Amino acid sequence: MSSVKLSFTPAPVHVRTARLVGVAVARRAGVPEELLDEVRLAIGEACARAVALHRQYGLTDLVLVEMSDGPAYTVRVIDRAPIEAGLGLAALPPDELADESLTDEALTVGVGFALLAGFVEDLQVRPVDEGIGTEVRMAWPLGR
Amino acid sequence: MDLSLTTRTIGEHTVLEVGGEVDVYTAPRLRERLVELIDGGARAIVVDLGRVDFLDSTGLGVLVGALKRLRPVGGTFGLICDKEPLLKIFRITALDQVFPIYPTLEAATSADSSGTDA
Repeated sequence: MSSVKLSFTPAPVHVRTARLVGVAVARRAGVPEELLDEVRLAIGEACARAVALHRQYGLTDLVLVEMSDGPAYTVRVIDRAPIEAGLGLAALPPDELADESLTDEALTVGVGFALLAGFVEDLQVRPVDEGIGTEVRMAWPLGR
Repeated sequence: MDLSLTTRTIGEHTVLEVGGEVDVYTAPRLRERLVELIDGGARAIVVDLGRVDFLDSTGLGVLVGALKRLRPVGGTFGLICDKEPLLKIFRITALDQVFPIYPTLEAATSADSSGTDA
């Protein structure tokens, strides 16, 4: 098993870097080519969510991304925001998506979660083992 | 690839061609351009996603925001997209039930209504 760790200042500009690294490591690990678009999107969503939470709470802590290949390609995106914010994820029904009362932030969070849930079969969102924060854990099968 | 935005007019339609990556970093520029267009009087907007390589939830939120801005002024808002990976994003989020999505520019600009009440 090998692993790559990346941590970045919670700024939107770095999310693209995390996506690029995540896909490069996935390709090297042997994730099938047809899944790489989904890997890219899911890592982007998880990192964007972490950045948004850090900014919402004024946290300067780094967002951590850990990628490892073992029996599967596993990516963990770890934020340091209060648990209740991190776990407050819910998909939105279609008739509420364009509702006037829905804020842009709520819409983006709901849509982001729908994308994560839709593209990642093996998805877990749970409190970090130590300290404050949430871990989004995603795994994809290897093709080899 | 960075975001590119090009605007042109076809009949009564304002077509915004978007290229590159629309994500949490670049989406604010797309939002600004759409707000400029709407504030400048555009009422039939079509966003061409044909050259978009990546679209995330922030970008989707910007598109929904434009749709909501156009509604009270009686405008229409449609998308052009024929790429399966992007279409899958719209299906998974159920936003394919919110936006009229056309396969070609011709289909989008010849539609009677872009259906803001979709």
